[in-house]
Amino acid sequence: MAKIQINGKKVVLKQNFSVQDVLKKYKLNGKKVAIELNGKIIPQNKYNKKKLKNNDKIEIVQFIGGG
Amino acid sequence: MKSDIFKIDKKILKSRLIVGTGKYKNLVETAKAIKSSGADMVTVAVRRVNISDKKKPLLMDYVNPKKISYLPNTAGCFNSIEALRTLRLAREIGGWKMVKLEILGDKKTLYPDMIETIKTTKVLVKEGFKVLVYCTDDPLHAKKLEDMGASAIMPLAAPIGSGLGIHNKLNISLIIKQSKVPVIIDAGIGTASDATIAMEMGCDGVLINSAIALAKNPVQMAEAFKYAVISGRKSFLSGRMKKSNFASSSSPEKDLIS
Repeated sequence: MAKIQINGKKVVLKQNFSVQDVLKKYKLNGKKVAIELNGKIIPQNKYNKKKLKNNDKIEIVQFIGGG
Repeated sequence: MKSDIFKIDKKILKSRLIVGTGKYKNLVETAKAIKSSGADMVTVAVRRVNISDKKKPLLMDYVNPKKISYLPNTAGCFNSIEALRTLRLAREIGGWKMVKLEILGDKKTLYPDMIETIKTTKVLVKEGFKVLVYCTDDPLHAKKLEDMGASAIMPLAAPIGSGLGIHNKLNISLIIKQSKVPVIIDAGIGTASDATIAMEMGCDGVLINSAIALAKNPVQMAEAFKYAVISGRKSFLSGRMKKSNFASSSSPEKDLIS
């Protein structure tokens, strides 16, 4: 198990969960989002490889209405 | 008439009206207003995905970024670090390189912090971004931004969301005169005639959000702005008549019935 934070929320994930798995879990795979892991942007082609570990902090962002 | 092309960096836009996508009742209204405004570029904000609500509708489902260019902004950023982080993420979402930089210095006035803005513009230009910069109406700052490689200068007409119209026409006209990159009025426009005035002064474009979104009928107001901008531009290109302190009769004074 890995206790991590996604967008400020505490979440517990199964062992060996990848960034791609997180996107699937929240039905965001294929959606236009960007991901930051512990302050570093993760490029799309690394989503599968990048596994999450305890205390990781993820930010998942998208475009919303704004001026 | 020779063609009148609106170009920011290498991007050609059909409309000189750029609209924001915030403050609308819902995404359906947002999409309708954009359509009736005729704008082909809209500003968008970068925010966290709501992970507790998987069914929350997405802006992209309503406003197709393949048809309408998204211009990611840094609204809500109060320093260079936040703004850079936001725009680097924006670029990652879909390769957006044209962005709107806006670094605020004060929560009450939302006035731009020009020291942070100038510093950040330099970094972004170096990283290959095409930066449209929200700024004060100070001609010196505007010139600095242009020298730094900004793709467009976006001075405020009045504070963001205030709807007060153009407050310092002299400064705006000085910026228009000196700038070789497009000058786009950003922030403070309250109603369609304000946009016409900006365009008649020679601005290259206007960016409107609140004045449309907060109108009683936003979709109709969007259309009003579309024509206001077209009208102001045509008027500017036509060259207005000279002002005089005395009357000049419109009908011939010859051959009057006596």
